[in-house]
Amino acid sequence: MSGHRAPMLLLNDEQQMLSKTAYEFIRERAPAARLRTFRDSKEEVGFSREVWNEMAELGWLGLQIPEQYDGLGLGFFDLCVVLEQSGRELMPEPFVSTLLLGTQVLLLGGTEAQKKALLPGIAAGAALVTLGYEEAHLRGGASKLGTVARKSAAGFELSGEKVQVLDGHLADRIIVSAATSDTDYTLFVVDPAQSGVTTVRQARIDGLNAAIVELNGVAVGSDDIVGELDGAAPLLQSVFDRAAVGLSAQMLGASEQAFADTIEYIKEREQFGVPIGSFQALQHRAVAVYTELALTRSVVLAAARAIDEAPNDVSRLASLAKAMASETFMHAAKEAIQMHGGIGVTDEHDIGFYIKRAQAAYMSFGKPSQHRQRWAELHGY
Amino acid sequence: MSDLEAFRAEARAWVRENAPHSLRGTSGSGPFEGYWGGTKCEESDRDLLRWRDLGIEKGWTAPSWPKQYGGGGLSYEQEQVIHAEMKAIGVPRPVAGQGLAMFGPVLLEYGNDAQRAQHLPGIARGEVRWCQGYSEPNAGSDLANLQLKAERDGEEFVLNGQKIWTSHANLSDWIYCLARTDPNAPKKQMGISVILADLNTPGITVRRIDLISGYSPFCETFFDNVRVPVSNLVGEENKGWTIAKAILGHERSSIGRSIARQPGSAQSDVVARARKHLGVPEGEIPDPLLRDEIAALGMLEEAFHLTLARNQQSAESGTPGAEGSITKIVGTELKQKRFELGMKVAGIQGLGWEGPGFDDDDLEYTREWLRSRASTIEGGSSEIQKNIVSKRVLGLPEGKK
Repeated sequence: MSGHRAPMLLLNDEQQMLSKTAYEFIRERAPAARLRTFRDSKEEVGFSREVWNEMAELGWLGLQIPEQYDGLGLGFFDLCVVLEQSGRELMPEPFVSTLLLGTQVLLLGGTEAQKKALLPGIAAGAALVTLGYEEAHLRGGASKLGTVARKSAAGFELSGEKVQVLDGHLADRIIVSAATSDTDYTLFVVDPAQSGVTTVRQARIDGLNAAIVELNGVAVGSDDIVGELDGAAPLLQSVFDRAAVGLSAQMLGASEQAFADTIEYIKEREQFGVPIGSFQALQHRAVAVYTELALTRSVVLAAARAIDEAPNDVSRLASLAKAMASETFMHAAKEAIQMHGGIGVTDEHDIGFYIKRAQAAYMSFGKPSQHRQRWAELHGY
Repeated sequence: MSDLEAFRAEARAWVRENAPHSLRGTSGSGPFEGYWGGTKCEESDRDLLRWRDLGIEKGWTAPSWPKQYGGGGLSYEQEQVIHAEMKAIGVPRPVAGQGLAMFGPVLLEYGNDAQRAQHLPGIARGEVRWCQGYSEPNAGSDLANLQLKAERDGEEFVLNGQKIWTSHANLSDWIYCLARTDPNAPKKQMGISVILADLNTPGITVRRIDLISGYSPFCETFFDNVRVPVSNLVGEENKGWTIAKAILGHERSSIGRSIARQPGSAQSDVVARARKHLGVPEGEIPDPLLRDEIAALGMLEEAFHLTLARNQQSAESGTPGAEGSITKIVGTELKQKRFELGMKVAGIQGLGWEGPGFDDDDLEYTREWLRSRASTIEGGSSEIQKNIVSKRVLGLPEGKK
């Protein structure tokens, strides 16, 4: 921000109202305790379609989608207002898969036909669109994709395996990355009902739903390409920047809630005849978390604002937000467990869900250390 | 356009038209940067003096003070806007220092009309410099333990005792002190009063204290049968603790903000030192661990500035948040991290105290690193700040200290 005026970091009246309404709705309809139920029931849909549809009716799924595709045509900042609240209760509904990945790929790279076909369904809560980009062998940082697109008479044939595709077993469309030359890759829209697509549900610690998606000679046409042929890299970079910011908003909300629950607990829990919150050893650590929360809120708001208003600064601020929100959430989640004591490590208590989500979020869309390296590059050192 | 936005346009135009170009980009525009004034001031920078005079003429050295006391008669929100516009181009406020940032607001709230008329115009014009007499050798974090005695003798108070860490007492004209007016009060917070003294009064001696850095901004101030008129009592006798806390609140947020400097300066400063000492004039610094540490510092710095901006916006919108309470904790931590990292990249070239083999910049930097250790102690240690946030913001129950 050197040399610039600081971005507006406050919510306007409408956004404050949206935040409050979302907070109340989510507290009432989607408490974190649901994660236990979804996990143990092992039902195919690991979230509530009903809640998702209600949120669609409230207009929250289409906040950022332009009006010509049945959305409200507001900004990414407005979407982040709802994402923050969804994070408070660790909602497993498809925010990341559909609103942060599928929608952003379409908005940034989709053809008019693709947007017309998919965005209205997303806004209405009817369609789930996800992105398959992780592969098992990419863990070590290998850049060459195992999924390949071979040219065929009618277009391309996709073969390979994507892992931990969020909501991959439920999605109406899966956008996948596949190598189209020795050096470049391309994004394709795949309908899971097509022959050659197999999905196998995976169970993760954090309660988000995921699947292995196997592609075995799946036939796609050139009109299924999103963005440019051989042009997936820059497009995905922009998508991941946005996803990192949206996820950071969720992490901010989650950290706030874990912290608020912890403060309540240490005010009530008594040992040695006094509330444990009267001990300076805990008080100073609580203030350390509070401090990080205040800083994280500022950077998340700034990054969300940049997506709408300062495109040239998005990568830098996305790295700032993702690095700080990841560390803050992990810190808040660890302290939450420690300050809850024994009950904090039981499955019976909800506070333990926060560290599981914190770990998953920490590892998604770039670890903090990767974002610090990128920040250094962007600052020229 | 709202009235405040219209005012912002006016303030921006005035600041950009009048602020001397040589001062732009030189300051974080905090309340303690720039011209401190007073009768012992030897400032010779013409642009700084011209900027002071323009500020005085406009009434914008103390924008929210009443006009009759040398202020601008504006609202608190308008004052925030003016300071933000100065910060936006990095010029210092036209007059800075303790009197404007801390003592003046207290006199406006707790003083009487005669005291305001006597002291405020001199502060607003930068003619009288004030210092603060709070800490004593046995009253640091436990400030309420202070022992400077003030005994009534007719129409005078007689002061006996000692203050310590009286910053710049040697350059100041007046001191506002916390003194014990009732040694028999049932609680030590009771029986304390705020009393003003002209530093030229017979019986006051000031001695400078050298710090580990070799710098000497601090003093000890001794009071030996110092007689001041009872009209120098601010507020009610024995009710000074409330005022003391209000002043400390101003001080803490001011220290945090004044540490801020220009956004990005901590990071660019450390990068420049790394380039110099590692011999990497441009491009990537070939040490991923060092890059990580510098990036972490740069991120903390930007987060801090964004948080200050957010606080400022909240204050302007009339609904100040609680985040201002952490300003001092974070600002001082940032400052210390910056100097630690700057020392680390210098290696043994950072070990010089004076003389051959070390360049002036490195010698200065090393002393600033040492000076930075005081920042988490002065004005209320970070531990005391955390106690306060814990109690007032988080609402945690008070325990044994």
